[in-house]
Amino acid sequence: MNLMNRVKAFGAFWYDFVIGDDWQVAAIIVAALALTAILTHAAGVNAWWLLPLCAFAALGWSLYRATSKTSE
Amino acid sequence: MNALPLILTVFVACAVEAVEALTIVLAAGITREWKSTFQGMAVALVVLAAITAAIGPAIGYLPLTPLRLVVGALLAIFGLQWLRKAVLRATGYKALHDEASAYLREVTAAETAARESRRGVSDWYAFTLAFKGVLLEGLEVVFIVVTFGDNQKNVGAAVIGAAAAIVVITVTGIAVRAPLTKVPENWMKFAVGVMLTSFGTFWGAEGAGVAWPGNDAALLVLAPLVALVSAGYIVWLRSRKAAVSAPARESEAVSS
Repeated sequence: MNLMNRVKAFGAFWYDFVIGDDWQVAAIIVAALALTAILTHAAGVNAWWLLPLCAFAALGWSLYRATSKTSE
Repeated sequence: MNALPLILTVFVACAVEAVEALTIVLAAGITREWKSTFQGMAVALVVLAAITAAIGPAIGYLPLTPLRLVVGALLAIFGLQWLRKAVLRATGYKALHDEASAYLREVTAAETAARESRRGVSDWYAFTLAFKGVLLEGLEVVFIVVTFGDNQKNVGAAVIGAAAAIVVITVTGIAVRAPLTKVPENWMKFAVGVMLTSFGTFWGAEGAGVAWPGNDAALLVLAPLVALVSAGYIVWLRSRKAAVSAPARESEAVSS
């Protein structure tokens, strides 16, 4: 295995380890955290409810897409 | 916070990983050779110890707020992955992780692989199989122990939970000398997914600057809520699956 393949395999392993099967879940969580920080620090809103809501929505959205693919 | 929830969460999470590692080690040891298998395991454990020794204290020096933001995000993403898989498996959209069939796959591959001696190891295949299995499953254990332990400022309790899980699974595996098929793996993964998502959401939001109503007590509401919503998704997907398959059954009955 050459160096490039090793680097690719290393990157693929960490992508799979951290991001997993659905990158959109990770994107929603990161966006929700950024929005929470903005609301809390810039707008003075204690937005503790935002991240749980986004986590539930991300899970539901991911499950919906995964099962729509298989049931079609 | 009381150390018991921390110990139990780490125990269950690490038990799931230990069951998967045990399946691979048993397949390598029984079908190939125990000496090379133990060598592979030992080298993987040394690498894991080195990673823990390097990362663990370094993370402990980071300021708590950015640490909670980053670790919270990672844990929430990690937990949602586990929950997604557990819900899909519970509803039949994804095959259940079956340790017996995983063991059979590894055994079949191990029986057909050629025997090769390399770098002082008499059976290189058994060595690499055990090394990869223990290292990959162990990395998840290290991640959970380091993140939970550092965030709760109680690495000792996290290590106790992980060590207890590894000892219990190893002793059980030695006693039965077979893959642990009776372990309700999917429900354990569901429980771990709930805990990782709850802790990740809690720490992530704290790191982003929010103050949770009731402080740490908010976790006592958040974790059951995550479990309830995830259980709701299982009910929803089951009814959706039944609704999709019912017209198909009806048309089969009409045509026959």
